[in-house]
Amino acid sequence: MANNNIDVTTIPGYGMDADPENEPTYPMKHYTGDDHNRINYERSVQQPQTVEILQSTERPAITTVFGTSVPPSGLSGAIRRYAFKHSEDRYRHWLPLIFADRINVFEGVIEDLRKGHVPNVFAERGWKVEMKHNAVGFLSKLAITALVTAAIVTTVTRKK
Amino acid sequence: MPEIQHPEDAIVRVTRTCICGSDLHLYHGMVPDTRVGSTFGHEFTGIVEEVGSMVRNLKVGDQVLVPFNIACGKCNFCKQGLYGNCHESNPMATAVGGIFGYSHTAGGFDGGQAEYVRVPYADVGPTVIPADMDPDDAVLLTDVVPTGYQAAEMGGIKPGDTVVVFGAGPIGIMAARCAWFFGPSRVIVIDHIDYRLEFAKNYAKCEVYNFKSLEDPVLFLKKTTDWYGADVCIDCVGCEAEGNTLQTFSGRISLMQAGAGTALQWAINSVKKGGIVSVVGVYGPPFNLIPIGNVVNKGITLRANQASVKRLLPKLIDHVQSGRLNPKELITHRIPLEEVADAYRLFSSKLDNCIKTVLIPSTKS
Ligand SMILES: [Zn+2]
Ligand SMILES: [Zn+2]
Repeated sequence: MANNNIDVTTIPGYGMDADPENEPTYPMKHYTGDDHNRINYERSVQQPQTVEILQSTERPAITTVFGTSVPPSGLSGAIRRYAFKHSEDRYRHWLPLIFADRINVFEGVIEDLRKGHVPNVFAERGWKVEMKHNAVGFLSKLAITALVTAAIVTTVTRKK
Repeated sequence: MPEIQHPEDAIVRVTRTCICGSDLHLYHGMVPDTRVGSTFGHEFTGIVEEVGSMVRNLKVGDQVLVPFNIACGKCNFCKQGLYGNCHESNPMATAVGGIFGYSHTAGGFDGGQAEYVRVPYADVGPTVIPADMDPDDAVLLTDVVPTGYQAAEMGGIKPGDTVVVFGAGPIGIMAARCAWFFGPSRVIVIDHIDYRLEFAKNYAKCEVYNFKSLEDPVLFLKKTTDWYGADVCIDCVGCEAEGNTLQTFSGRISLMQAGAGTALQWAINSVKKGGIVSVVGVYGPPFNLIPIGNVVNKGITLRANQASVKRLLPKLIDHVQSGRLNPKELITHRIPLEEVADAYRLFSSKLDNCIKTVLIPSTKS
C-alpha cells in the first residue's frame, strides 16, 4: 500500500531504534529473576505516619513513602474508610470512592463558605477563556442548560 | 510549603509545569479518590531547594527534570527497570505506582502545579538537566516524550510496518513522531479535531484522518491496509474517547463507568490478527467490568504500561540533544501558574488551537 508520498529519508533518526527482537512480552523488563524473591528486598527507611493513611487490603503494610496531602475527613472520609475495607478487585471499593469524591465537592464548597470565601465559579471554571475563544458555543450551552432546567422545574411543579 | 518527610526526599522549587491530557481525567472526576485540596501536576522541572539527610545524587541548586512516576529504585520491579510499577510508592493501590499530583489512587502525593513540591526518592527519579538543553524540552521529558516513545516501543514496530495512532493530543503526536525511529513504512493518526490533526501532520510527518469524516473508522483502516489490518495500533486516548454516543452517555456524562473505551475498541478491532495493540491511554476503574486501567498500570501483556521514564531518559536525552527530536515545538501556550483555571479550560475545551500548555510560577519566592 502506498505510504501517502511521505519521504521517510527526510525524517531525522528514521529507523535508528528498530529492534527486530522486540516482540511483545513483558514490557521492556530487564529480567533478573528477582520476581521470585517476591517482596523480600531491601527497603528504604520507613516514612513516619503523621496522618491517617488508607491502605490497600492487597498489601501487608503501607509503602516506605506516601503522600500526606489530604487525609480523609467528614462524610466523604467515612465513605472512603469503608471503601478501603475492600480489595481493589471489588466494586464496593471503587464505586464508594467515586461517590465520596462527589460528596467531597459539596464539603469543599461548604468549607469555603464557612471560611467566608464565596467561590467565584466564573473564574474557577475558567469561563473567561471560554467566553473569549468560544462565546457562541458557551452561550448556547448556558441557554440549553437554562431551558432544560426550566423544563424540569415546570414539569415537577405542575405535578404537585 | 512542603517539608522533608523522609530522609530521601527533596524539596523542589518549580520552574515549569505542564497540564497533561490525563489531568483532564482528574478534572472531570473520572479518577477515584481525587480529594478536594490536593494539588495536580505530574510534569515539572525545578531547582532543588532542600535535600533530606540520605540524598546523595542531588544538591541544593541543581536544575532537575522530575519523572512523573515515583520510584524507590530498590524493589524488585524497579530493579528490573519497571520504574512505572514501583511497589514502594503507593500504599493506596497495588496496581498503580505513585504519581505526582494524581489522586490518592496514585499515592496521594501533591503535584507540581505549585511553587514547591516534595519529591520522594530524590536519588532515583530527578535528573539534572544537561547544561545545553532548553528548559522547555526538559519539562516535556518528564512524561510526554517518554510516554509517546514507550507507546511506539511497546508496539514492537518492525521495519515496513503500518502503525495507527489513535488520538492527536500531545502524547499521540509524540507517539507518531517516535514511531518513525523504528522504521515503519506508514504512520497514520486518527482524531476528531482538525487543528490537532494538522499539527500532527506537520510535526510527526504522518498521514492524518478525521474520524468524523469517516463513516466507519475501523472499516476505513481495514480498507487502507489491503483489508488486512494495521500491524500495530496505539491507543493514546484513554477514558475520554469521543466517537460513540452510548459510551459517551454511560461513561462520560453519567459516570456509570469511568469514561468511554471507544479508542481501545477501535484499536483492537483494526489491528491485524496477531498484531500488537499498545495502550498508554489512562483508564480509570471500574471500566465495563474489565479493569483495563489495571492492564495499563500493571503492564500486563496486551502491551500497555505507564512509561518507565527513568529507563528511557538516556536514550531520549540523546535524541533531543542530537536534534532528532524537538519536543518543545509541541508547546502552544505559556500561562502564569496563577491563571491555572483558565489554562485548564483552554485545554479541556480545545480552544485557541491548544496542543500543550506550560505553566510558569512567578519567580518571586
Ligand atoms: Zn502527563
Ligand atoms: Zn520500587
